[in-house]
Amino acid sequence: MTDRGGVVAAATGVAALTTEEPVGRPAGWWGMVMFVATEATLFACLLGSYFYLRFQFGPQWPPGGVDKPKLLIPLLMTAVLVPSSLPVVWAEHGIRRGRRGRLRAGLAATLVLGLTFLALLAIEYAEDLKHFTMTTDVYGSLFYLITGFHGLHVLVGLTMIGWLLAASLRGGSFGSHRHERVRNAAIYWHFVDAVWVAILFTIYLSPRL
Amino acid sequence: MSTTTSTAPGVGRDDLARLAEHWAEPRSLRAWLTTVDHKKIGRRYLVTAAFFFVLAGLSALVMRTQLARPESGVVSPQEYNQLFTMHGTAMIFLFATPMLFGFGNFLVPLMIGSRDMAFPRLNAFGYWVFLFAGLFMWASLPFGAAPNNGWFAYAPLNQVQHNPGLHMDVYALGLLFLGISTTAGAINFIVTALKLRAPGMSLNRVPLFVWAIVATAFMVVFALPALNADNAMLFFDRRFGTHFFDPSGGGNVLLWQHLFWIFGHPDVYIIVLPALGIVSAVLPAFTRRGVVAYSLIVLSIVAIAIISFGVWVHHMFATGLPQLSYSFFSAASTVITIPSGIQIFAWLATMLLGRLVLRVPLLFVIGFVVTFVLGGVTGAMFAVTAFDQQVTDSYFVVAHFHYVLIGGAVFPMLAGIYYWLPKITGRMYHEGLGRWAFWLAFTGMHVTFFPMHLTGLFGMPRRVYTYRSEPGWDGWSLVSTVGSYLLALGLLLVLVGVVHAVRRGRPAPADPWEGDSLEWSTASPPEPYNFPVIPRVHSLHPTWDARTVESTTTGATADRVLSEGRRTLFTSELDARTERAVEMPEPSFKPLVLAGALLVFFTAMLLAAYPIAVLAVLVVAATIAAWLWPSRRPDEELGLAS
Ligand code: HEM
Ligand SMILES: [Cu+2]
Repeated sequence: MTDRGGVVAAATGVAALTTEEPVGRPAGWWGMVMFVATEATLFACLLGSYFYLRFQFGPQWPPGGVDKPKLLIPLLMTAVLVPSSLPVVWAEHGIRRGRRGRLRAGLAATLVLGLTFLALLAIEYAEDLKHFTMTTDVYGSLFYLITGFHGLHVLVGLTMIGWLLAASLRGGSFGSHRHERVRNAAIYWHFVDAVWVAILFTIYLSPRL
Repeated sequence: MSTTTSTAPGVGRDDLARLAEHWAEPRSLRAWLTTVDHKKIGRRYLVTAAFFFVLAGLSALVMRTQLARPESGVVSPQEYNQLFTMHGTAMIFLFATPMLFGFGNFLVPLMIGSRDMAFPRLNAFGYWVFLFAGLFMWASLPFGAAPNNGWFAYAPLNQVQHNPGLHMDVYALGLLFLGISTTAGAINFIVTALKLRAPGMSLNRVPLFVWAIVATAFMVVFALPALNADNAMLFFDRRFGTHFFDPSGGGNVLLWQHLFWIFGHPDVYIIVLPALGIVSAVLPAFTRRGVVAYSLIVLSIVAIAIISFGVWVHHMFATGLPQLSYSFFSAASTVITIPSGIQIFAWLATMLLGRLVLRVPLLFVIGFVVTFVLGGVTGAMFAVTAFDQQVTDSYFVVAHFHYVLIGGAVFPMLAGIYYWLPKITGRMYHEGLGRWAFWLAFTGMHVTFFPMHLTGLFGMPRRVYTYRSEPGWDGWSLVSTVGSYLLALGLLLVLVGVVHAVRRGRPAPADPWEGDSLEWSTASPPEPYNFPVIPRVHSLHPTWDARTVESTTTGATADRVLSEGRRTLFTSELDARTERAVEMPEPSFKPLVLAGALLVFFTAMLLAAYPIAVLAVLVVAATIAAWLWPSRRPDEELGLAS
């Protein structure tokens, strides 16, 4: 249907516009940036609610008999998640130069780090649930809502990464024009990463201040 | 429908044939379910939103019938609660925003000279979600399970201890579901307006309507998450026993109000801004000149979009917050009247300096100015805290916001319907019917809502299903009810006018009004590919500009005909320089399947059938994965638009 022959296209000058290295930002990039903007606002609302409820509640925080959160596991989680942005960047640079191997290795590394993060989150929950649940009091509600929501976002990000890995292993057409999807997944992953840092500060560090 | 000049020197017959082939959509059920054409989707938004408007309007008529006489028993208190809640919720969420999105969907690509939206399949998905979420919410009414706590659903009355049953679960889940559609639509508008403008349409040549839609879309992106967070917490409180709004567990009822109004106040402008954009689009054709002070209007649109995030507390003056916040928010609320005033004065100047053509759309614009200014005046009165505390939650408020919403949103929409009907349907409307509709609706509106200022000042509270006759409210209430029937009759005549136009109307030429923006440069209704040649824009009023016409006929080159596929042109964000041609997606079932899976998910959550909800999530994930899966076709190298 389209210019597979290339002859017609060349004759009409369209080919010149389409086969060049793309200029300017593609629509997908803007779409992902706006999506991340709205998601970031969502987390801002949740974290804002945390501080609002905390300061409306009074000086004692967490309320009731719940201890201040322990730091070991969350710090491990940070140590896993924050560096996981690097292999994505590496993979993205790789595929821009057409190196599929680097794409696959980078994505696989991120996948492993992300899954480790989720495993640590599960351990953290198993530990915390012994002391309080989301129905204990509003601190529990906030704790599980915010960390759980973030965990869900990690899962979505990992699905994107896993999807890209599967598509590239299947040998799909990840030519030079294709790296845009990798870049979009990378933007989302960096966002998930940045939100975690805000959560670490809010949930785990701020009660100790 | 070959109204296009098939003999334009730049475009050959074979070009047109190829375009028609690539963009063809046969008339079949399959095509109906899979279409990604922004014009069809826009029309669907308009029709569906109008349908929800009728349902919400009928609820209002039942309420007015109940309130016509003191102590009448047309509906029970429980039914009345559900009626005013569904009325308000549907008017705001299922009618006003989607109706304006319908206009935006139909018009934005046409006004900026593109062949579709940036993400056509996402667009189709957004429509299906809107339809399903609307039906999801309305379906609860026959079961007596509709939301019953007012459209802003205050805590603690939204908590399960105080409000058992499914009512508020329908509210929380329905709005979360609908939010997916609104967010998808908003992102699509932003990217479309940034990347798909015709070459030469730099930012200072973008039509005011498009500016308004884009500003609105940005507000949606940053305001809607507050409502989503609120509703997520509400659902968790009700269903899983968390304590966000429950003081006995350390929660706080005011958190609901803060988050609601951080969304809710901008939402007022999310509704009003595009409607004001319609006014700016309609005026040039009926005053025979461009709108005065283009750049000031753009600035005021941007200013409104920003300031409106800073005034939410004026909805909470009766909650006992600290005095300082009263002063700040009172001042901020007064400031926001300035940019709105600028636009009003710009339109008045346009009308004074232009040569008025008094057709139906202009009548509605004039009706809008009168009504909206009156509503604005009472709005400015609320910014005074002392007055607000006196009349809050009385019928004075009901009068105020209907002046703003009907004056500021419904009248411009009606102007827009009459103005673009020829473009949308290819038929002219009946002028006489239109005039009758205007005068009935305008009179009906004022007869209904003006007396509510009085009953409010006399102390009649809102959201009461009946009243005793002593305070002297009954005379004015009866007047309101009579007015509401007049208004309904006027709106019915609008509907009759549309049906009449579609059935009997005289075929419309491409440009019946001598309008100034690009949609008038193409056939009525437009071909599936919108423009045979992507236009080149040289000024703010491209269809009044001979250079545009020239560049789409004699000056047309192949890189702007793009007949070798389903293609449109990407340009740079600020100055709209040509960047590349992109392949647009083919029709697809996936948007419908995805929206359907989400409907199953939200229904399962409502009925607490969690295993089914999990299954639905898996279907959602699989559909998205399939949607984005790269194919081996070489031309998919271009398939950057999804
Ligand atoms: C078509 C004519 C209309 C009539 C006769 C009408 C009538 C009413 C009445 C009687 C109430 C008050 C219920 C009460 O407080 O007891 C009400 C509330 C409301 N109306 Fe309308 N209305 C109309 C159109 C609209 C439109 C076009 C909008 C918005 C676009 C709208 C938005 C609202 C909202 C948000 C409420 C508040 C609901 C609540 O208190 O939760 N109405 N309307
Ligand atoms: Cu407000």
